[in-house]
Amino acid sequence: MIPHLISIAPFGHLDFWLGVGIVAGIYAIFTLGLQLNVGFTGIVNLGQAGFMAIGAYAMAILIVNYGWSPWLALPVATLVAMLAGVIVGMPAVRLRGDYLAIATIAAAEIVQSTAQNAINLTGGNNGLLGFDAAWQTIQIWALGLLATIGLGQMDQIPLFALTWITFGALLVILFTLQHTPWGRVLRAIRENEDAAEALGKNAYAYKIQSLALAAAIGAIAGYLLALNITLIYPGTYSADFTFIGFAILVLGGLGSYSGVALGSILLWFVLEGARFIDLPLSADKVAALRLLIVGLVLIFIMALRPQGILGKREEMVLRG
Amino acid sequence: MGGRRVRPPFLYMLTSATAAQASPSESSGVGLSTAARGLVLVGATVIVVVVLIATKGYQPAAQATANGLVSGTYFALGAVGLALVFGVLRLVNFAHGDFLTFGAYSALLANAFFNLPIIVATAIAVAATAVLAAVLELAVWRPMRARRAGGLQLLLIAIGLAFVIRNGIQIAAGTEPRTLHVDITSAVSFLGGIRLGTTELAVVVIGLVALVLVAILLSISRLGKEMRALADNVSLAEVAGIDTGRVIIATWLVAGALAGLAGVLVAAAVGVLTPQFGFQLLLSLFAATILGGIGNAYGALAGGLLLGLAQEWSTLFIDPRWKLAVGFAILILTLLIRPNGLLGRPALK
Repeated sequence: MIPHLISIAPFGHLDFWLGVGIVAGIYAIFTLGLQLNVGFTGIVNLGQAGFMAIGAYAMAILIVNYGWSPWLALPVATLVAMLAGVIVGMPAVRLRGDYLAIATIAAAEIVQSTAQNAINLTGGNNGLLGFDAAWQTIQIWALGLLATIGLGQMDQIPLFALTWITFGALLVILFTLQHTPWGRVLRAIRENEDAAEALGKNAYAYKIQSLALAAAIGAIAGYLLALNITLIYPGTYSADFTFIGFAILVLGGLGSYSGVALGSILLWFVLEGARFIDLPLSADKVAALRLLIVGLVLIFIMALRPQGILGKREEMVLRG
Repeated sequence: MGGRRVRPPFLYMLTSATAAQASPSESSGVGLSTAARGLVLVGATVIVVVVLIATKGYQPAAQATANGLVSGTYFALGAVGLALVFGVLRLVNFAHGDFLTFGAYSALLANAFFNLPIIVATAIAVAATAVLAAVLELAVWRPMRARRAGGLQLLLIAIGLAFVIRNGIQIAAGTEPRTLHVDITSAVSFLGGIRLGTTELAVVVIGLVALVLVAILLSISRLGKEMRALADNVSLAEVAGIDTGRVIIATWLVAGALAGLAGVLVAAAVGVLTPQFGFQLLLSLFAATILGGIGNAYGALAGGLLLGLAQEWSTLFIDPRWKLAVGFAILILTLLIRPNGLLGRPALK
């Protein structure tokens, strides 16, 4: 899929499409967490952007405010995000599907509000800077390496590679997990929670584990997003991020991890490709047009092909 | 489906009976025990006000209460529609917040662009939003019900519609903050030092009148009873001869009209509006609906007012910028402690 994406040269520069590929990769990672929750456990997590924010902020706060090494800050921040998943999950997964959706989005909005208002910790709306010194070093080293093969000016390649290698690694992990007894219990819970309980499986604990793992995946997406825009501020982690994730999820198909990559690449190709249509619109209106397309994708996929491109219809469940 | 003349009292007995059967200890949500719980709620609110006056002084506490009534009024108006739609259709309408935005921008178009007086503009906004809601029912929701769409499908379609409405407005009107032609400078003082803007006062009065009318519509009109019957049990309502298609359209018209009105009132009370404001309000509306008991229109009325009051009261203790987070915390606490809400019935399956 990657060569396919970057070979669309007629539209513009390779560098531009590498940038799009990075964004698509970050969204794909983010949506892997949604796929685990929605597609494979049957819990509608609308708060994924909140977990992403918690991971990214924890990472940056530990590095910037407390001077931690990133190699220590990254695992600790991931644990913090998982802990947030457990804390939100403990009350939320007891709720019916639609209540759970509302509870998780409310939790994410509290995170957003905290990021905006706890200025001493988060920098408020100015955000946090200067957490990526280690990455800059690695990037310079990687670009030096690329220069020896004549690709030194392609400065997006390192992050592009990091993003999609991370995606690939997570894909392998999740794919493996899906075929373990743990993964099978999750799907059993999605299909029929009472039956799973009758077999002695603690559905409650499994659902919380699913949410915590999704939160960790969200945190990883948050780190990459922070590296990509070199700044962490509240607006990046709005509920819109989660909703775009859902559009990717249903486009690729519920219950398909590889569909997530396809969905993300397709959606971002359309959204960024829209730039090349000469529209007499200002920047904020183009931004609105892109989100309008996201809305149309959600409506039309759900109305006409709810299983998405690669999904299976029988994988569509919302616990009532 | 023939007997469309079934008398409401019979229907009411029928629906009450089923609810009582489902859970003998709880009433159907319109019976005496709900009224009693409502009284308890009013009593508790009065006690909180008295305690706040005693601890924080008269003026600050009374001012916060007045401010809370302003936001509580438009929360309640928005939440009633959300609760009606959830009750009748089991649909969590994520586009409801953007109905408010649609109403406010319709009024803006009429008022600031075509220079119509604000009263006329409000009427246009109410009508336009009601029509929008009904059109979406015919174009989207009815066909999706016919296909027996699942809960996740409906939820994501609602989110998609929210995106389309909000960003459609943004493409048409831009992101810059807009203002209605209302008086936002003059203010009145009353009851010994409470200050409210004249417009805010008008918002409270108009909003409370609308809420009383809605409560009357629900409790004594035939349509209101049919809506509540449908919310209670769709199959039984159909057996009893209620034309569900007609009641569903009416529900959307009422929900849309109230959302349109709420949108104009928010825009007037807050002073500025952006295409994002309705969506930003949506979670507060959810909070109000859940606080009152989701699917229960009276509960949403009470929940909206209480949420507005609670948010403003919280500013007596913590920085006002945490106001929104207070609302979401109330939402989560309600789900934790009393998931059926303050006036709610037993869990709806």
